[in-house]
Amino acid sequence: MKSSALRKFRVVFASLLIISVAFVFLDIRHMIPESWVTGILYIQFLPSLLKFINLPSLLASGFLVVLALTVFTGRSYCSFLCPLGIFQDIVNRIAGIINRKNRKFRFAIPYTITRYSLLAITVIVALAGSVLMVTILDPYSIFGRMMTYFLKPAVVQGNNLLASILTRFDIYTLYTIQLKGITAAAFILPLFFLGLTGYMAYRHGRLYCNTVCPVGTFLGLISKVSIFGIRIDSSSCTRCGRCAVACKSSCIDFLHESIDVTRCVTCFNCIDSCNDNAISFGIRRSGKMVDGSEEENSKGRRKVAAAGEPEQIKKPVQAGQSGIGESINEESVDNGKRNFIFNSLILSATFTSLANGQDAPVPTKASTVRENREYPVCPPGGIGQEHFNDYCTACSLCVSACPTSVLRPSFRSYGLDGIMQPVMDYHKGFCNFECTVCIDVCPTGALMPLILEAKKLTQIGKVKFIKENCIVETEKTDCGACSEHCPTKAVKMIPFIDNLVIPEVEEDICIGCGACEYACPTVPFKAIYVNGNPVHLDAKKPETGTLDDKVLEEFPF
Amino acid sequence: MKRRDFLLKSAAAGVVAGAACTIGGYGRVMGGVPSPAAYDMVAIRGGEAAAMFDKGISALGGMSAFVKKGQKVVIKPNIGWDVVPEKAANTNPALIKRIVEHALRAGAGEVYVFDNTCDDWVKCYKTSMIEKMARDAGAKVVPGNTENYYQEISIPGARVLKKAKVHELILESDVFINVPILKVHSSAKMTASLKNMMGVVWDRRFWHTNNLHQCIADYGMSDYKPHLNIIDCYSVMTKNGPRGVSMADVQTMKAQLISTDMVAADTAAARLLGLDPERVDHIPIAHQMGVGSMEIDSMNIHKIAM
Repeated sequence: MKSSALRKFRVVFASLLIISVAFVFLDIRHMIPESWVTGILYIQFLPSLLKFINLPSLLASGFLVVLALTVFTGRSYCSFLCPLGIFQDIVNRIAGIINRKNRKFRFAIPYTITRYSLLAITVIVALAGSVLMVTILDPYSIFGRMMTYFLKPAVVQGNNLLASILTRFDIYTLYTIQLKGITAAAFILPLFFLGLTGYMAYRHGRLYCNTVCPVGTFLGLISKVSIFGIRIDSSSCTRCGRCAVACKSSCIDFLHESIDVTRCVTCFNCIDSCNDNAISFGIRRSGKMVDGSEEENSKGRRKVAAAGEPEQIKKPVQAGQSGIGESINEESVDNGKRNFIFNSLILSATFTSLANGQDAPVPTKASTVRENREYPVCPPGGIGQEHFNDYCTACSLCVSACPTSVLRPSFRSYGLDGIMQPVMDYHKGFCNFECTVCIDVCPTGALMPLILEAKKLTQIGKVKFIKENCIVETEKTDCGACSEHCPTKAVKMIPFIDNLVIPEVEEDICIGCGACEYACPTVPFKAIYVNGNPVHLDAKKPETGTLDDKVLEEFPF
Repeated sequence: MKRRDFLLKSAAAGVVAGAACTIGGYGRVMGGVPSPAAYDMVAIRGGEAAAMFDKGISALGGMSAFVKKGQKVVIKPNIGWDVVPEKAANTNPALIKRIVEHALRAGAGEVYVFDNTCDDWVKCYKTSMIEKMARDAGAKVVPGNTENYYQEISIPGARVLKKAKVHELILESDVFINVPILKVHSSAKMTASLKNMMGVVWDRRFWHTNNLHQCIADYGMSDYKPHLNIIDCYSVMTKNGPRGVSMADVQTMKAQLISTDMVAADTAAARLLGLDPERVDHIPIAHQMGVGSMEIDSMNIHKIAM
């Protein structure tokens, strides 16, 4: 196969993939059915692997497909199926429009130590029982966080602007959506990776994927035995070097007619660049491809290359040039990165600032007793904090999908291991009784399947009442907002002084949805709150009793 | 047009509450105040919700006694909860549909339906079936989920709730029809006409923290109180209100109350629930403030059995 149709196919496929995955996160009108979400995310490598460990099933077999695909075709996952990889291709393409130099590459030797160390650390930490490195480095999760914390707020703001304009013309097809802010600290990680991947892609193509990403490195190892791959036909090759210039992975050593298969993401750009039809995608011939660990070879190559050849390919350099690589640090900030950070800061600033002043209650007296929440509340389906913390990679899809915005990224609630993992924040919302969206969309099995009726009886926390803070006690007026909202009547109102009623809680039938806590109007401390269950329990079914359905014979007036 | 004027003027005036009040009220003066009804209240029992409304409204001279040609009508049901119609936590959707039809037949220019819900509004509108039924009948179903739909008004006659942010549709409409469903209520004791007004304002927490019953009564002193109240008592939640836990909380009463007087309607509704209206604090407070009258025994009530 020598046709540029391959590249066109890749561009179209990748575009569709990134649009679908992005749309899953940006679906502010909740239009995509949950089963579609599962389908779209089926192929994401690490989420699928985690899900398979939790729940071996056909639905979780996506990672096996990726492995098979890699054995056949090399790292095409990185070009066709990884949203973060495709995002970087888009960034580099834009970079090329801004300055053509950004899209001109040259062969470089890989950061072998860095990439295998990062892969090893990720695997070792994971085997030691912490998902932390996966959370930080899983490309799908990084992409998910970018969508959730940067693009979605922008989409919502755009929607709200449009909605307010349409409303003026009495058109209500669009409606404004309330943005509920998140703790500023939760922006640190997504912001860092937006900057890092953005900058590296802007200047150096796929350097991030070939240096930092553990999935890329792992699939690169498998690619060594791949059946198909990019190959150079030495009989037609004129050693013009165009392919090396076109290669975002900087992995074509045209002088030796060899391609570093551990870094090649089979984007097919080189095929298009070749004027001599010397590059094609087909069954690999042995000996013509090298893997990046062949240090001696590359040293030799460096000499040859330095001796001079085509203009733009003076010499192979350490991938990405100096300053980047093992210690990617703030010193390497340039305008591209600065713009990214600046834009993201603006976005996040608007996001957080919007949160202020919402629902600001007007307290008559300040509440005095602090809530004593011993455990954070993790979402239903999480089985317990341990299971949840072990499998959630903080892709934040549930945070995006939650209709009540009760799910917020944690910063300290779960400790370092659970950084960015969603936690129920009952000051922002409460868990809708008739809803299992977070469970239905979770791609890793951190939230295990629960049917609605089971979810309604899953106790994720228990209600606690602080009488000293309660309006009925402090003001001697009726309130009862908590009891109103309670779906199981675990919070009921009992006679108090005069004609007043005051809450009484029944923990057994409480499911920990937090409706009471959200509704409670006292500040700064709530008079009613939910303490998380470290292991989720079964709630008792509320007693329903019977009703004698007597027909109204006469009006009582 | 009115709305744009309103927005422009209130923006110019820096959204001064007084200005908003005057300009918002303009439409009402021009549109004409609905004519007084022949009865103080109509009470119907024994039929389906929509059929009972047909009988009830014709006893009051038909919808055209309240809605004039070209007027803007807003209907405010209770759509507070993400529960199915059978659980009777939200107003009967068939009743809302029929009211929309009557209003349009009476020549209404536009009929709007909305509520500021407790559960996620998208789910409430959908699960309650009200969105679909009202739309089918030709109404515009409008969100009330974010603060930007609400404008501040002042309520000079109020004791506590002197200011409130009210949904702009309430401020702009010529006719305001209140369609609560009767339920026992864990904090307000009972919910009907007066309590349903908590769904036309933005900040309910203020009411909860500042003497709930007084605030409920205070809203009745507003210039933007309903012209007509239709209390849906077809299925009535007699336990675990306002959300309800199971079907065992719901009694099929097959009744309906229609009145222009919120206090009178709520007094009658309390008796239907077997409650002493005097013990539902916001009713006697509203009566005492002159929002309406609790003296229903001396009123001209037209009772219809079907």
